[in-house]
Amino acid sequence: MSNVPVNNGRRRFLTAATAVVGGAGVVGAAVPFIASWNPSARAKAAGAPVEVNVGKMQPGQLIRAEWRGKPVYIVRRSEQILEELSKHDSHLRDPSSAEPQQPEYAANAYRSIKPEYLVALGICTHLGCAPTHHNGDFEQFVEGVPNGFFCPCHGSTYDMAGRVFQNVPAPLNLMVPEHSFINDGTIIIGVGQDEDKGDA
Amino acid sequence: MLMKLFTDLMGWVDQRLPVTDAWNKHVAQYPAPKNFNIWYVFGILASIVLVNQILTGIWLTMNYEPSGAGAFASVEYIMRDVDYGWLLRYMHSTGASAFFVVIYLHMMRGLMYGSYQKPRELLWIFGMLIFLVLMAEAFMGYLLPWGNMSYWGAQVIISLFGAIPIIGDDLTQWIRGDYVISGATLNRFFALHVIALPLVIVILVFLHILALHEVGSNNPDGVNIKKPKGSVKPEDLSKFTFHKQYSGKYDIVDAVPFHPYYTVKDLMAIVGFLFFFCWVMFFAPEGGGYFMEAPNFTPANGLKTPEHIAPVWYFGPFYTILRVVPDKLLGAVAMFGAIVMLFLLPWFDRGTVRSVRFRSKWHLINLIQFAICFIILGILGTMPATPIANLIGVIASFGYFGFFVALWFYSKNENTKPVPERVSY
Repeated sequence: MSNVPVNNGRRRFLTAATAVVGGAGVVGAAVPFIASWNPSARAKAAGAPVEVNVGKMQPGQLIRAEWRGKPVYIVRRSEQILEELSKHDSHLRDPSSAEPQQPEYAANAYRSIKPEYLVALGICTHLGCAPTHHNGDFEQFVEGVPNGFFCPCHGSTYDMAGRVFQNVPAPLNLMVPEHSFINDGTIIIGVGQDEDKGDA
Repeated sequence: MLMKLFTDLMGWVDQRLPVTDAWNKHVAQYPAPKNFNIWYVFGILASIVLVNQILTGIWLTMNYEPSGAGAFASVEYIMRDVDYGWLLRYMHSTGASAFFVVIYLHMMRGLMYGSYQKPRELLWIFGMLIFLVLMAEAFMGYLLPWGNMSYWGAQVIISLFGAIPIIGDDLTQWIRGDYVISGATLNRFFALHVIALPLVIVILVFLHILALHEVGSNNPDGVNIKKPKGSVKPEDLSKFTFHKQYSGKYDIVDAVPFHPYYTVKDLMAIVGFLFFFCWVMFFAPEGGGYFMEAPNFTPANGLKTPEHIAPVWYFGPFYTILRVVPDKLLGAVAMFGAIVMLFLLPWFDRGTVRSVRFRSKWHLINLIQFAICFIILGILGTMPATPIANLIGVIASFGYFGFFVALWFYSKNENTKPVPERVSY
């Protein structure tokens, strides 16, 4: 073999060029396989915004809506509940909503557009269970806080603004989804306050 | 006449494919140490369970409907209307738990007798890959009945990937194929569960056995039965004929051919195992709520979380490690780290003495505490999270990881007993 004339440089170039072109082909061929795992057009359509009528809610009441298959909790908070919110900031992980768990228009003390209505996903930020609403009997979980949410899976606790307490597994406040008011009594979930509602 | 026909046929095949040679190399003339004990039956039992899972699995797909709307009802249909459908399903579901029982015991055997040590590192890694893929296979299979625990268990595990910074949320959506776990998720899990992962497992098992036969089986003494060529007196050599692949390179002592010696012995173990297996399958197929959990008898419901989400028992140890860490990302890292540690075991152990029989007292204590911690973690994984359970879980997690760390330290200059030249039996 040693006396066979071989241009090693050319051979290496051709090998590398073939590998690169072949590699590009493999990457291209992988696209449909990977992209087919994305939500389909049907799944995306099913994820369209939902409207919820909140006009008839009683103070303290919680109603559940379903948006993109996820439970959305809407709570009408009484004056008393709103007052309590500021009293336990030192026991919260993120009392001022620094983490991006809400749209900017809800990054306030009440984590809502109108203080009265809390809109939050009923999905524990630990591992996705549904926290239960404790109206008046929450002190068994957190002393001195009469109202809140308790996750039965691993014991995470949230206050009535969906803010998570310290020393529980959940790392973040409950997610506030994009939402806005169409009129005083109707909330649309999935469309933010600044977006064009005509698309919904 | 008939015999000659058969011999001629085999000769014809052998000239075209080395069937007889492969049979001799891997079965009839494979040198197995003659001091195997009961701990050496779990490999063959795992193969039996694998065959059971593949067979019953194929039959279940004949009546199962992989869709969000039809899955739960089709499982009930299999249980009630299909002739022997209940038996096929219970064989499959009991088989899943049995698989992990024998695999965990098989791994414990490896720990006790140092079967992961040089030169069996790659063999160990293939085994660990099988374990890893098997966990994925079991997890995906558990979603298929589309019960409420299927749904919420998958929710918990998939959201683990959400702990990865930056790409986490997009990744979980890509895995689910929807904004929540839905029929899309079910269908892809079905495809992976019945085709992709079983194929991978079968290939890995093949490689596991090839790697085993290349380096040879370890034994309870951890003593090599293949001696350098020419170093053994002729009267000490094993009296059996072994394939030249082995006897050509080494002087073989204290070995018997795998067939018929261990095939017959393993047959006894298989009979015993099947007694136990059938007892569970016929009298306690739900495993007291540990093999099939109560909420799984109601259909999947994304708006109703079960009171207490617990994984199936075989994920318990790793789930507890996840849950005792009060940080989502670090918890997931600890859980996967627990499996990575097992992968790296051959390099944590810096000793050269394999069997616990000849290692220090510290090693024996370390092994026992590891096994106890593993069992405690498993039990806690099936129980609700309470402060006291959490505390025990933290301690047991330290015991789990401590096993590897301690091993690395003491194995360098371990006070071992003298290792004999030949195995004892």
